[in-house]
Amino acid sequence: MTTDQPTTLMADRAGSRRDIAARPVLEVDQVTKVYPSQPPVTALRGVSFTMTEGELVAIVGPSGSGKTTLLHLMGSLDQPTTGDIRITGLDVAAMGDRELAAVRATRIGFVFQQFFLAEHQNVLDNVADGLLYAGVSLAERRAQALGALELVGLDGRPHARPTQLSGGQRQRVAIARALVGRPAIVLADEPTGNLDQTTGASILALFEDLHDHGVTIVVITHDQAIADRLPRRIEMLDGRIVADTQTVPISAIAVASGLEGAESHFAQGQQS
Amino acid sequence: MTATATVKARKLRLSDLGRLSAVGLRTRKLRAGLSALGIAIGVAAIVAVLGLSQSSSAGLRNEISALGTNFLTVTNGQSITGGTAELPKTAPAMIARIGPVTAVQATGNLNSVDVYRSPLIPTIDTNALAVQAATLGLLHTIGATIAHGRYLNAATANEPVAVLGAAAAQRLGIDRVYQGERIWLDIQWFYVTGILNPATLAPAIDNSVLVGYPAAEHYVGFDGHPSTIYVRANTDEVAAVDSVLAATANPENPSEVNVSQPSAALVAQADAQSAFDDLFLGLGAVALLVGAVGVANIMVISVLERRSEIGLRRALGATKGHIRIQFLSEAVLLALLGGAVGVGLGVASTAVYAETKGWTVVVPVLAWGGGFGAALLIGAVAGLLPALRAARMSPTEALWTV
Repeated sequence: MTTDQPTTLMADRAGSRRDIAARPVLEVDQVTKVYPSQPPVTALRGVSFTMTEGELVAIVGPSGSGKTTLLHLMGSLDQPTTGDIRITGLDVAAMGDRELAAVRATRIGFVFQQFFLAEHQNVLDNVADGLLYAGVSLAERRAQALGALELVGLDGRPHARPTQLSGGQRQRVAIARALVGRPAIVLADEPTGNLDQTTGASILALFEDLHDHGVTIVVITHDQAIADRLPRRIEMLDGRIVADTQTVPISAIAVASGLEGAESHFAQGQQS
Repeated sequence: MTATATVKARKLRLSDLGRLSAVGLRTRKLRAGLSALGIAIGVAAIVAVLGLSQSSSAGLRNEISALGTNFLTVTNGQSITGGTAELPKTAPAMIARIGPVTAVQATGNLNSVDVYRSPLIPTIDTNALAVQAATLGLLHTIGATIAHGRYLNAATANEPVAVLGAAAAQRLGIDRVYQGERIWLDIQWFYVTGILNPATLAPAIDNSVLVGYPAAEHYVGFDGHPSTIYVRANTDEVAAVDSVLAATANPENPSEVNVSQPSAALVAQADAQSAFDDLFLGLGAVALLVGAVGVANIMVISVLERRSEIGLRRALGATKGHIRIQFLSEAVLLALLGGAVGVGLGVASTAVYAETKGWTVVVPVLAWGGGFGAALLIGAVAGLLPALRAARMSPTEALWTV
């Protein structure tokens, strides 16, 4: 494993997704997390799983099941109490603030339920901010942002303000911001939580589309129906993984971009 | 797989830091403006106080150097018994014989003579005006100029004719000279031929009515003893002349002669004018302090309000240091903005005031440099605590608690 990211998100991976040896991008090994409150709260009780490059995984569970805590740890926003987490092979448990921040800047893209877009900036600069802390010049950030906007189908309105966009479009901007740094893994926390059902479905379809292009994505959700659409589902309850099921890989034909493709995917997933 | 590779956080580019520090100002313009205003007022006060005092003393110094520093006056002092001593009639001529002396002119006080606008004025309303016999070259020597009409000349010095000092003219209610203008001097009319401008180096002339020596002797009974002798000497030898003046003017009783150098007294006056400056500087400092508290307050509130922005930036890969420097530089930018406006206001008010007074506009480097420096320091100090708080904020709490 090297620190270099694939130079192109699309071309390198699209054709070869199913051929590459499964390289682990995220290894969670016997992780526990105890919050030192009175009384101490144990949020995770020995969680282990591995994600390989190009996977699209749902982490699903009810409130309090520990999925948000797991998101914090996967995103290197927090440290586990015990256990190891390796992101692209890097042991984050041994890292200090500066290194953790660098991991987030270069390896991880976040998508939030509330979008968190800066209203005083246009769409392009919001996306470009995804590279702000990676040491990239403004011109280069903007150039890459344009590419990321293309991925989410918003390249037509780079100079619009977030306030001029619909909820679905805003979430696409946020997804583009997560993608702009070509992260090893995209973490989406309830990405459809603030959206209506149709818009939410289109966001899921976008994830599936990105998945087809080889992007590694984790969707954290409490919604079983959303989880059921995704190829792999890690179900959590009370700080433990209670199920880790994988849909049989479907043929490439069934996965077309857009809602229609997503639905056929969904149907096959149900049958397996 | 083992963690062989390492990752390193990158420094923010200066241009990016500049853009980041302006986020708070761009999104909350009114609030930023108001908090910068406090600093602006403080800096403006300090700059204006320093600028005005420097401009005013520069104005005075300019005037002094234009009038010359080679000017000395000799006045009659007190006799050993406490009475008013008299200068010998020969004093001006003797002083003129001192080598480096270039000009000698004299005035003689007519102590018992009063002057009025007309004989109908009650005699006690003297307006504190003095009547003096004056020599013909007086104006040039004391550096005074004529405002209206003309000065005494060889002809008018023999006639009942008077020239008014600036203050004297004002008190007599005469602001210009026209034919037949006259004043009641002692027991008869004197015709006014001229009005002087204020004489900076010889203020005694200002509230005097000047008449010619022969006229004074002939009409008012002047005894011819000079009371003030105005002397110009070579600039390099002023001190030497100063030391021999008393003995030359009155060889019998040198101790009954006062010798002074008016320009030296005026320089001292210019220096003393800054006495009130400390008070105003103190007020400016208090305003700055209040401004600093305002900036700190705004930054604390801003950090609380911008939790999700801080959380997002952390998620995007900002280190604690990145967050700290962002908020610190925002506070500094806010204070510098206030400082710049303050310096501008201070310089403008100095310029306007100095212009109306006819002074040279002088804003010392200390004033605007100090104003900027103070603003910078205040921004850094006021922004430190909020910046530390912002950096300490846990990214998970910042993002997942609203």
